[in-house]
Amino acid sequence: MARRARPIQEINAGSMADIAFLLLIFFLVTTTMDVDTGILRILPPPIDPTTPPPPPVKKRNVFEVLVNFNDQLLVEGQPMDISQLKEKTEEFVKGYGGSDDHPNFPEFKVSEDPEVVKYFGPNYMVSKQVVSLKNDRGTSYEMYIKVQNELAAAYDELRNELAQQKFGKSYDDLLKDDANKDKVEAIKKIYPQRISEAEPENVGG
Amino acid sequence: MSKFRKGGKKGMPAISTASLPDIVFMLLFFFMVTTVMRETTLKVQIKLPSATEVSKLQRKSLVAYIYIGPPTKLLQAKYGSEPRIQLDDAIAPHGYLDIPEYVQKVVSKTAPAEVPLLTYSLKVDKDIKMGVVTDVKQELRKANALKINYSTHKGDALAAK
Repeated sequence: MARRARPIQEINAGSMADIAFLLLIFFLVTTTMDVDTGILRILPPPIDPTTPPPPPVKKRNVFEVLVNFNDQLLVEGQPMDISQLKEKTEEFVKGYGGSDDHPNFPEFKVSEDPEVVKYFGPNYMVSKQVVSLKNDRGTSYEMYIKVQNELAAAYDELRNELAQQKFGKSYDDLLKDDANKDKVEAIKKIYPQRISEAEPENVGG
Repeated sequence: MSKFRKGGKKGMPAISTASLPDIVFMLLFFFMVTTVMRETTLKVQIKLPSATEVSKLQRKSLVAYIYIGPPTKLLQAKYGSEPRIQLDDAIAPHGYLDIPEYVQKVVSKTAPAEVPLLTYSLKVDKDIKMGVVTDVKQELRKANALKINYSTHKGDALAAK
């Protein structure tokens, strides 16, 4: 006997929203949206015992920063507060310019980099500065990051200043546009971020 | 009379919620696509320091994390309160000596062309002594993992005393 066809009952979709909300909340909780930020550094490659050691850098070209286990700073033989570090670093890295030689500041040499020549002329003098950072094994990580941050800030400020002076734009603005790659390169060559970290040792203090 | 007014029933018709699931699903898919799963559970406590000169890390797939800090309260019974290194999901049993193996593992998982782009992000508690960090850095150097990132919050470094 044929039964009378009944209309198929519609499935109630009212709870679909609840299920979807549940999934949504699950994903909201388990996922992260934060971008990892930090200070990027390139470590020096491991020392090859067969290659001869590089020639020593003249002491006047080195800006020495020591941090002891009490998180105290010794900069160029003078105790210093961290708040002054940026200013002093800038002073040193900038130096006195090529023309007047000053024994307390690093030597200068004529830059032969094509980018520098292109934008700053053939006789632009570039400082031979090196910043040397030494820390004790007992230095706190926070202090270390502060010092790294101040040193990076000093270089950043100098680059900014030069970019403003020469190109009328801040360094960050130059970085945003790929067309300015050469200009960025030139500025980087004039103020290269040379932060050398010594082989670990106990600075004491 | 008015030809539009038929039937005696008046009053607000119920707003249809039939499209609500669609809206929520759309949100859900948006979140699924834009976010990355929290891949590890932290076994060490980390309070990151702050810095102003920070840059963003691009390409999360090319970042390997190394966590250094004191173990969480629950794990202190097992590991003590001395700072430990966490690689992936577990606390490294031999401390920094496990790093070369970890680097090898990370490198083997990455396409050869992208190995030079690998960044090792150090997430280190701010009260850790540099000795531990230096050991890790030396191991990374030996393992030729040279691109590192000191993970920090963005903020005034000097203000936080």
